[in-house]
Amino acid sequence: MNHRIADRILVVVCFVGLFLPLACLVALLGDVMWDGVARIDWSFLTSYPSRHADKAGLLPGLVGSLFLVLLTGLICIPLGVGAAIYLQEYGQDSRLSRFIAINIGSLAGVPSVIYGLLGLGIFVRTFGLGRSLIAGAATLALLVLPIVVIASIEALRAVPGTLREAALGLGATRWQVIRHVVLPAALPSILTGCILSMSRAVGETAPLIVVGALTFVTFLPDGIDAPFTALPIQIYNWVSRPQAGFENTAAGGIVILLGLLLILNLGAVLLRAKLSKDR
Amino acid sequence: MKNVITVSSLVFLAACSQQRASQEGQNSTATEGGKSAVAATIRIDGSSTVFPISEAVGEEFQKGRDARVTIGVSGTGGGMKKFCTGEIDISGASRPIKGKEIDKCKSSGIDFIELPVAYDGIAVVVNPKNDWVESMTVAELKKLWSPEAQGKIMKWSDVRAGWPDKEIHLFGAGIDSGTYDYFTKAIVGKEHSSRGDFTSSEDDNVLVKGVTMDRYALGFFGFAYYSENAAKLKLLGIDSGDGAIVKPSLKTVADGSYKPLSRPIFIYVASKSAKRPEVTEFVNYYLKEGRALVQEVGYIAMPEAVTAKVIDRFGAGTTGSLFGGSGSKVGASVEDVLGK
Repeated sequence: MNHRIADRILVVVCFVGLFLPLACLVALLGDVMWDGVARIDWSFLTSYPSRHADKAGLLPGLVGSLFLVLLTGLICIPLGVGAAIYLQEYGQDSRLSRFIAINIGSLAGVPSVIYGLLGLGIFVRTFGLGRSLIAGAATLALLVLPIVVIASIEALRAVPGTLREAALGLGATRWQVIRHVVLPAALPSILTGCILSMSRAVGETAPLIVVGALTFVTFLPDGIDAPFTALPIQIYNWVSRPQAGFENTAAGGIVILLGLLLILNLGAVLLRAKLSKDR
Repeated sequence: MKNVITVSSLVFLAACSQQRASQEGQNSTATEGGKSAVAATIRIDGSSTVFPISEAVGEEFQKGRDARVTIGVSGTGGGMKKFCTGEIDISGASRPIKGKEIDKCKSSGIDFIELPVAYDGIAVVVNPKNDWVESMTVAELKKLWSPEAQGKIMKWSDVRAGWPDKEIHLFGAGIDSGTYDYFTKAIVGKEHSSRGDFTSSEDDNVLVKGVTMDRYALGFFGFAYYSENAAKLKLLGIDSGDGAIVKPSLKTVADGSYKPLSRPIFIYVASKSAKRPEVTEFVNYYLKEGRALVQEVGYIAMPEAVTAKVIDRFGAGTTGSLFGGSGSKVGASVEDVLGK
């Protein structure tokens, strides 16, 4: 009898644990939508920043954010997955790789502005990339690399060892095992990690400001070495303006940022579903 | 399944190499055709306080011209760092350049022209339901905000006898803002020194909301935030010690009678950049046409006579700071300083 009561209590506790954050989320989203949806129209998406709240648009931010995510993914995913394959499949037992793995774990907890300073020192100054799109993307890639590596290591670890042994037993080389057996099995979870990391990259502001993202720019990036801005920076600027109209403009920007995140995630989820079905 | 993996990894590799190729292509075009494009860009950075003015000027300036204006917001200090390494043409500042920054500019061979562009007032406000305060003296504000006040001056009655025996709730500009720096220097006497037990936010709208909802609140923030929310707030007059109680307004801030909480804000133009025709044109536009825009975005334009002097200063290309590198001068009007 006692066990049943405990069981019930646990269910209630779990439900409250689910409901509270969900309610907060719904309230927040509702509030933002309420303020912002009316502000969103085609010209909001295709206009440049302005001092007039009702004329301000987020085109440069939107394009900048899209470019950033694309470049960040191109830099970060091959590097991160590659590092995870090495750490998990090749260097599994060496002391060095264990040491590296632990360090990567703690890197994931470093505040993002520190990565901004690192990016400023390395990419902007040492490599001479300037305050450009590619410097921003490289910095964001560095920032989310630990997440990709950790998620990928976990995904690879979850692949049963018996699969590897069976393939090795059939005479496959190590790389063949990884390419034809381990990676396909781990791919959906690896993609989940990549989705999460890209979502994080889209929402980052602090490291981009340090690297030198602009706030007011009235032309689109014409190459990866162009100056740029990003959605969160536009939103941050609008939120801090005294004129009342900017509150709605900021809310509209937040809705667009959320929409962008949702589309990116949806695309990745569909891709993942397709890949795991094809197996 | 195999195929999918092969294809996707191929796509990855292709994408990576293409990426590199386009990068190289980009770089080479940037060095060939990029020079003129870079030259036509006017690069601005610096204080978030000055940003709205620069944004408005940039927006208007670009109408009908093919000049490119880019503006970043990395704060007065951050902007000065970029300025003194020659990365930008113009830096916005909510305080005069500091001695250290002057040295840094000098060591990298950057001469600058200092141009005051507007005034910003700091408003001290209370809740509209507050019916006991109309004005405060600087001494009272100091008593309330100094570091020693923490734990001692906790009630309205502690500030002035006769005021309610109720806890006072303080709201102030974020400690990384130029507004906080100036307020502490003007009121407490030492920059960046105040009590710590107040609600501080980099987002002044949060402070407005805080004071609006609390009868026993007192707060300070930029005058623009007061004017946008004037109906919800009660503005206090300040007595700087000579008995005259002055409330901030377009007039009192511009003529310097609202003491000591009004300050000039600046742009610094690199002498080298100022020789470029598009920068010359932009800065002149900033100073002349900018006057109306200053008002529009919530700041206070300087008297016309002062603006004329500033335009002359830019025309003559006078370098160096009028403030001697010692940071803000409390209560100094640009008129006085320029007159010297």
